[in-house]
Amino acid sequence: MKIPKFKERYDRNFNTLSLEEQKKLGTSKVVVLGLGGLGGSVCEMLARVGIGHLTLIDGDVFEPSNLNRQLLCRENMIGFPKARAAKDRVNAINSEVIVKDFIEYVDESNLYEHIKDADVVMDCLDSIDTRFLLQKAAQKASIPIVSGAIAGVAGQVTTIFPKDKGYELIYGKKGRNQSKGIETKTGNMAYCALFVAALQSSECLKVLLDRGDILRNKLLIAELWTNTFDIMDLV
Amino acid sequence: MIKINLKLFVTLSRYLPDNSEGLEILEGTTVEKLISDIGIPKELVKLIFINGKKQNMSYQLKNNDRLGLFPSVGGG
Repeated sequence: MKIPKFKERYDRNFNTLSLEEQKKLGTSKVVVLGLGGLGGSVCEMLARVGIGHLTLIDGDVFEPSNLNRQLLCRENMIGFPKARAAKDRVNAINSEVIVKDFIEYVDESNLYEHIKDADVVMDCLDSIDTRFLLQKAAQKASIPIVSGAIAGVAGQVTTIFPKDKGYELIYGKKGRNQSKGIETKTGNMAYCALFVAALQSSECLKVLLDRGDILRNKLLIAELWTNTFDIMDLV
Repeated sequence: MIKINLKLFVTLSRYLPDNSEGLEILEGTTVEKLISDIGIPKELVKLIFINGKKQNMSYQLKNNDRLGLFPSVGGG
């Protein structure tokens, strides 16, 4: 099988991206935490756009309720690890991406080690408590976080740099026992997950290329029943 | 009396009053009082935005304010 050459593969990225920017993405390292509705789509977009190094982490396996929105989940993959499926998908799309997959959940014991060499961490987690643990590790490692969260047909995206207050501005003080949000009542719709994943992927590129408007100390909120799209100042 | 524009998102939308785009309230009403008057359980409100900026429960509403209330969203 012939592997497309660099300029052929990325032909349609030009000239939205310059050649130098495309090459910079090729040397960039991104960690994707959580490979469900958000993360499964984020890693596909980052692989296609040409991020050179992807670390994909999720301890979960597919179950039937994932079929409604998770791109990596197919009927014949129930019980299959999400991280392995994500790695296979990225390899199939772009064999030049160096992929590491970890079939494990993240917590205080392993977060720092997993993210310390990254340029950006993609927060596609489904636990608010774990998001706070991630921020602590990312502050220690001086790495920006691009965070997405969804519930029903609503979503939010923000980018958190190491010195920012971050999740505290969105979820309040840590330690108020809030592992889940309202998504436990609303579920999550496929098109909303893909929409928020696309915004996160865009935000990741802007951070890596230091280009465009970044959602720092801002929260983009979207609600698709009412076509509400707003950017709110968090500070 | 003053008029405000009220938007309630996700599961909070069930509490939206009919005249939410020009809701008449007493000047100086706090967000906390308004939430109570409408009948929204306070613990469901995670984010309060006034005119595109984050505020808190004690904010006193002014004429023509745009108030948005958002619950906790954490799914992936």
